[in-house]
Amino acid sequence: MTIKKTLLASVIGTAMTSAAFAPAALAENTLRMAYDADPVSLDIHEQLSGGILQLSHMTFDPLVRWNKDLEIEPRLATSWEQVDDTTLRMSLREGVEFHSGNAFTAQDVVWTIERLKRSPDFKAIFEPIESVTAVDEHTVEINTHQSYPLLLNLATYIFPMDSEFYSGEDSDGDAKDEIVKNGNSYASRNVSGTGPFEVTERQQGVRVAFERNDAYWDEESPGNVDKIVLKPIGENATRVAALLSGDVDFIAPVPPNDLERVRNDDNTQLVTMSGTRIILFHMNQERVEAFQDPRVRKAFAYAINQEGIADRLMKGFATPAAQMSPEGYAGHNSELAPRYDVEKAKELMAEAGYEDGFSISMMAPNNRYVNDAKIAQAVAAMLARINVEVDLKTLPKAQYWGEYDDRVADMMMIGWHADTEDTANFHEYLTACPDADSGAGQYNAGNYCNPEVDKLVSEANLELDQAKRAEMLQQMEQTLYDEAAFIPLHWQDLAWASASNVDIEPVVNVMNFPYLGDLVMDGDE
Amino acid sequence: MIAFLIKRLFHALLVMFVISVIAFAIQDNLGDPIQQMVGQSVPESEREALREELGLNDPFAVQYLRFAANAAQFDFGYSYIFNEPTTQVIMRHLPATLELVAATTFLIIALSVPIGVYSAIKPRAWLSRFFMGVSIVGISIPVFLTAIVLIQLFAIGVTWTPFPTDTGWGSWLNDLVSTEGGMPAYGRGDPIPVLGTWETNFASLEGLTYLVLPAISLASIMLPLFIRLIRAEMLEVLQSDYVKFARAKGISPRRIYFLHALKNTMLPVITVGGVQIGTLVAYTILTETVFQWPGMGLMFLDAIERSDIPLIVTYLMIVGLIFVITNTLVDLIYGLINPTVKLTGKPA
Repeated sequence: MTIKKTLLASVIGTAMTSAAFAPAALAENTLRMAYDADPVSLDIHEQLSGGILQLSHMTFDPLVRWNKDLEIEPRLATSWEQVDDTTLRMSLREGVEFHSGNAFTAQDVVWTIERLKRSPDFKAIFEPIESVTAVDEHTVEINTHQSYPLLLNLATYIFPMDSEFYSGEDSDGDAKDEIVKNGNSYASRNVSGTGPFEVTERQQGVRVAFERNDAYWDEESPGNVDKIVLKPIGENATRVAALLSGDVDFIAPVPPNDLERVRNDDNTQLVTMSGTRIILFHMNQERVEAFQDPRVRKAFAYAINQEGIADRLMKGFATPAAQMSPEGYAGHNSELAPRYDVEKAKELMAEAGYEDGFSISMMAPNNRYVNDAKIAQAVAAMLARINVEVDLKTLPKAQYWGEYDDRVADMMMIGWHADTEDTANFHEYLTACPDADSGAGQYNAGNYCNPEVDKLVSEANLELDQAKRAEMLQQMEQTLYDEAAFIPLHWQDLAWASASNVDIEPVVNVMNFPYLGDLVMDGDE
Repeated sequence: MIAFLIKRLFHALLVMFVISVIAFAIQDNLGDPIQQMVGQSVPESEREALREELGLNDPFAVQYLRFAANAAQFDFGYSYIFNEPTTQVIMRHLPATLELVAATTFLIIALSVPIGVYSAIKPRAWLSRFFMGVSIVGISIPVFLTAIVLIQLFAIGVTWTPFPTDTGWGSWLNDLVSTEGGMPAYGRGDPIPVLGTWETNFASLEGLTYLVLPAISLASIMLPLFIRLIRAEMLEVLQSDYVKFARAKGISPRRIYFLHALKNTMLPVITVGGVQIGTLVAYTILTETVFQWPGMGLMFLDAIERSDIPLIVTYLMIVGLIFVITNTLVDLIYGLINPTVKLTGKPA
């Protein structure tokens, strides 16, 4: 028996090695990884998306970054101090070089922030910054219009770019620093950052190859990966198969249906973590009069079994939610818990005069979030128990968002991740009084509007005392919960998987930007 | 002949025109490309500016005429997701698809002809019955399922031990029902560049291993069809008078089967085959998705998912063109094999 097992293992072992890309490359540590998509561009200011931020952390370094516990950790900025209410002074790391060989200076930070303020995707979140000045070679001062407590959160999005490299004109006569959404700009094809990896080859939709930056400044980083080959594998089953068969060493995301399979395989390991993306339903008060009655909204909230959905439908791959802010966020209110109670829900409906229920329309995407269509079906079935008849329609994401913007259904699903990793962001986009001019409540498909909450959050956004601010934001979550402004469902979990010789656990995080520069892999296998 | 080709050229233009109008007409239902280009938190004003810049606010007729005028000069626009001319994107993805189709066609021809002929000559042999049975199964299983099963068996490997492992015969049987895996599960590996953007998987043994599983799954839908077609045609031909006469004349069975009968069997097979190769290009969408084969099918699905309208329109037009071309080739070959058929349809 043992002889046979060893024989089989060795056969599989040889098969795996021979299936590797190039045998010679194995002398170095080559990480072959597969995401569900490859970055849309090499210009990190072209789109504000997970894929671009993952790329940013590979080829660039931010001024500061989040560690695993959601605390700020210095990177290219070594220290900082609040000079006055609206000025933050940051000292920059010395002796850092870009891939091009240019030295990193304060001028690059100024240039980068100015470019961010021009980017259609980033300009909104960089709006609070009024100006940036280089005090000396390695010191910058960032001025905000008003006091702004989230400046360090924002600094995690500042990946200094090589201003010299991106200045001037390319061979077509276009400015190298141009940000073009639909076109072939210089910055979308060429990259020079300070990050742990340089891009050596890119074939969009097929592969991106990286090589370790020999002159990387962070010599304390344990990372020992010399080369990375990133391939997009959109099909879930294929991505898992590629890992199990040894064709790749690292995959993300791992589909919930395959979690057990990956966990049980001897040659692979799985890392999961509660995520920060809240999935929720809005109840449109403009379309349905009944939703203007807080009792009806609360009845809906009592009718939904968040724990059941997380447990059975998501197979434990979600954390049931009763608010928008996940744990670790300033506004996370630990007292709020899911309140499933059908009897109570029926009572509230009766109280509001709707014991015979009513019918509503519901819409959800079917390929955007994990199990989105199934979740919507489950919610519809739960609402049937309080006599609410639901006409459910699910759509592919490409079509869904247009319908969402037009608010075409009475209940609509949305998932939201706060770009600033902060509670206020949830409110600003999802539950603030909608205002087309300021852009507030852009995704508030419920039309919920409570000016007092709005006021509380804008005050919190000026409060530099973090403890006081947290209290205000927790108060906001409490009010939204009491008034059942929306139906929270869960925070979608995150999952990554790798071959057992690749130690991904220390480098993955809740933002889903694996710090691959610090990744350790054991190349002997 | 020349008249025939010119006529076909007009067919092709007509087909491409109709496809482009239809593709353009449905674009509003394909979703909002802007949504795919910007992050979720981007304000409406920025979206509107981008929409205006791309000319998406213009009326349908204006948008179509602009497209048609450019298309007449072989400029089919820029792909939203790849940021380069759509024709360039398609040319880069075309070789992968063509190689997959070529490998599949080879498999189909190499297997269907001998199997079809054999089961026609010996319809009652158990091997023939076996082939017929398997072909029913093959035609009924959807291609993505075949693909996933193949990956599980030959890329990941299955260890199955229904027999006692401590006996010699037991472990021998266990080895027989278990598979080792090791075949590449996805993609093209590192194809070798030959000409311009053309990279080939045919130039090395390692490259070929990447082709095996996708080609088998793609062949699994067409192969049964061809086996059955060849068998049916062959059976019919074997009943015909000239075969009986040839038998009576004492010509060797081998000569009858492979020279006289097979040639006449091939006529309908070529007609069906030509059309099916076009269909094969379409079926690659599924196969390429499961195996992440970086060809046109995968690219097309990506384009749909991200509402890349220029790329969708160009792809559909090119597929239409491929259909016209294969049909034209079929007609030409048909004329070569059966000289009694006149291409232009004029009386002989």
